[in-house]
Amino acid sequence: MSCIVTQTSAGLIVGALLFLVAGGLTLIFGVLKIVNFAHGSLYMLGAYLALSAFRMTDNFFIAVIVAGLGVALFGVLFERFLMRRVYNADVLMQLLVCYAVVLIMDDAVKIIWGAEFQSMGMPAEFQLAPLFIGGGVVPVFYLFLISAAAVIAIALWYVLTRTRMGKIVRAAAHNPSMTSVLGLNTSMIYGGVFAIGGLLAGLAGGLAAPVRSMSSGMGFSILIESFIVTVIGGMGSVTGALVGALMIGLVRSFGSIGFPLFVEGLMFLAMVLILVFKPSGLLGKETRI
Amino acid sequence: MTQSASFKREWLWVIAVVLLLLALPSLTSSRTAQDFVVRLAAYGIFASSLNILVGYGGMVSFGHAMFFGGGSYAFSLLMQKAGTSIPVGIVGGVLFCALLGLVVGAICVRLKEIYFSFITLAFQMLVHSVILTWTSLTGGDQGLMGGIPRREFWGINLANNTTLYFFALAVGVICLLLMRYILQSPYGYTLRMVRDNADRARFLGIDVWRVKLYAFILAASFAGIGGIIMALFVSGAYPEFSYWTSSGEAVFMIMMGGLHVFVGPVVGAALLLLFNDVISRNTEFHGLALGIVVLVFALGFKRGITDFVLQAFSKLKQKRTA
Repeated sequence: MSCIVTQTSAGLIVGALLFLVAGGLTLIFGVLKIVNFAHGSLYMLGAYLALSAFRMTDNFFIAVIVAGLGVALFGVLFERFLMRRVYNADVLMQLLVCYAVVLIMDDAVKIIWGAEFQSMGMPAEFQLAPLFIGGGVVPVFYLFLISAAAVIAIALWYVLTRTRMGKIVRAAAHNPSMTSVLGLNTSMIYGGVFAIGGLLAGLAGGLAAPVRSMSSGMGFSILIESFIVTVIGGMGSVTGALVGALMIGLVRSFGSIGFPLFVEGLMFLAMVLILVFKPSGLLGKETRI
Repeated sequence: MTQSASFKREWLWVIAVVLLLLALPSLTSSRTAQDFVVRLAAYGIFASSLNILVGYGGMVSFGHAMFFGGGSYAFSLLMQKAGTSIPVGIVGGVLFCALLGLVVGAICVRLKEIYFSFITLAFQMLVHSVILTWTSLTGGDQGLMGGIPRREFWGINLANNTTLYFFALAVGVICLLLMRYILQSPYGYTLRMVRDNADRARFLGIDVWRVKLYAFILAASFAGIGGIIMALFVSGAYPEFSYWTSSGEAVFMIMMGGLHVFVGPVVGAALLLLFNDVISRNTEFHGLALGIVVLVFALGFKRGITDFVLQAFSKLKQKRTA
C-alpha cells in the first residue's frame, strides 16, 4: 500500500510534466498541422531560464513565471522568423528547420550555461519534511507540482472552450481558410498558438527544474515521450494528451519496480498497439493522418 | 538529346569517376584522401538508400540511422562473437536490417507525412536505447570495443588499408548501380506513382502498402551495408551511429545534394563530410555551425547543389538553341 502511494505520486509528476509539453505539441499540431520537432528544446530552454532566474532572485515562483513567459516569447520568434517560411513547403524542409534549431539550441545552452550537468536544488520553500499519505512517502514539492499542473490544465481547458480566443483557435484548427475569410487574422493566431505552446513547455521546464538535472540533451528525450503521449491520446486532442501523459507517467513509475529495463519498450509497445488498432489515438478524431 | 545519348553520357561519367577513384591510391599516398573515400562510400550508400524513401517514395524518414547502426552492430557482433567470415557477416548484417525494416516498416508505412517522420524517429530512439542499455552485448555507451577481426577471405585482406579502400569503393559502386537499377525498373516507377498519387495507384490495383513496405525494406538493407562499411573502417560500432543526429545528417545530405538527381545524395554526403571535417577542426560547437548551415540551405536556397547545376546547364542549353 505504502509503495503504491509513493509510486503513484512519482508517476503523476512525470505525467504532469509530460502533459504540459505534449499539450503544447498537440495544440500546435491541431491548429497548424505541423509537428514541432523543436518542442523539446523549448522545455529545455524553460528549465535553464528558470535556473538563471532562480539564482538571481532566489524566488522559485518568479523563476517559473520567467521561464514560461521567456519561452513563450521565444516560441513567437521561432514561429515568425523560421517556421512561418516552411508552412507550405514539404515535410522535408520543416524537419530540417527544426533539426537545425535543435542543434543550435543544444550548443547555445552549452555556451551560455556550460556543458556540464546543472541542477537547481530544492527551493527553500519546499525543503519540508515529506508527507506520509496512506503510509507512503510523498515530498511536498510533488504535491505542489501536481497541483500547479492541474491548475494550468484547467486554465488551458477554460481558455480553449469558454473564451472567444479559444473559439477562434478552434475555428482556425477546423478550417483555416474559412477562418481568415471571416476576417480573423490567422497569421496572428498561428503566432499565438506557438506562444501558448512555448508558455506550457517553459512552465514545464521551470517546474521540472528542482527535480531534474539539466543538460543540453534533455529536450530530446522529453520530445520522444511527448510524441508517444500525443500518439496514444490522439494528435490534436488536448484531453487525449492529458490521458496519455498520465498513462505513460504511471506506466513508467510502476514499470520501473517490476522490470526497469523494459519500461521504455513498454511505452513503445503501447504506442504500436494504438497505431495498429486505432491510428487516430484514444481520443483523436477519425481523420486521415 | 535522345534517350540513348543521355544514357551513354551517364555511363561515361560513371566510368570516368570510377577510373579516377581506382587510380587515386597510385596518384597520392595520402591516407586522408583514401579514408575520405571509404567514409564517403559508407555515407553515400546511407544517404542514397534514404533517398529511395524520401525522393522516390515521398516518405520522409527521420529514423533511418537505426539501420545504419543496426547493420554495423549486427555485422560487428557476428564477426566478434560468432567468429564468422566477412562475407557471412555482411550477409547476416544485411539480413538483420531487412528483418528490422520489415517489422518497423509494417507499422510505419501506413502513416503519412510528418506522422511517418516522427514514428520512424521514435523507433530509432528505441533502437538507440536498446543499444545503450544492453551493455553485456553491445558495450553500452562505450560502443563495441575490442576491434573487429578482419579475417582474410578469397585472398582479400581488409586489414590492409589500400585493400579496404578498393573494397569499399567496389561495394559503394555496386550498391549505387543496384539502387539505380531498381529505381529504373517497373517497381521504381510504381513507387514514384505511389508518391505522386497514392489514390490513383490504388485505383489501378496496386497494393500501396506493399510497395511502400518493399521500399522501406530495400532502404533498410542498403543503409545496413553503409553501416557495415563504416564498422569495417572504424573497426567497431558506436551508439552514435544510430543516434537521431545521424538521421538528421542523412536527411540534410539528401537535401543539400539535391533530391532530383540520382547521385545528389552522394554529392551531399561528400559535402557534409568535408564540412564536418573542417568545423570539427576549428570549433567544438559543431551543432551550432551545422545548424546555421542547415538553416541557410533550407530557408535560403531551398534547393540542393545538383539542382542548381542542372538549372544552370539547362539555361546554357536554352541560350545555345536560342
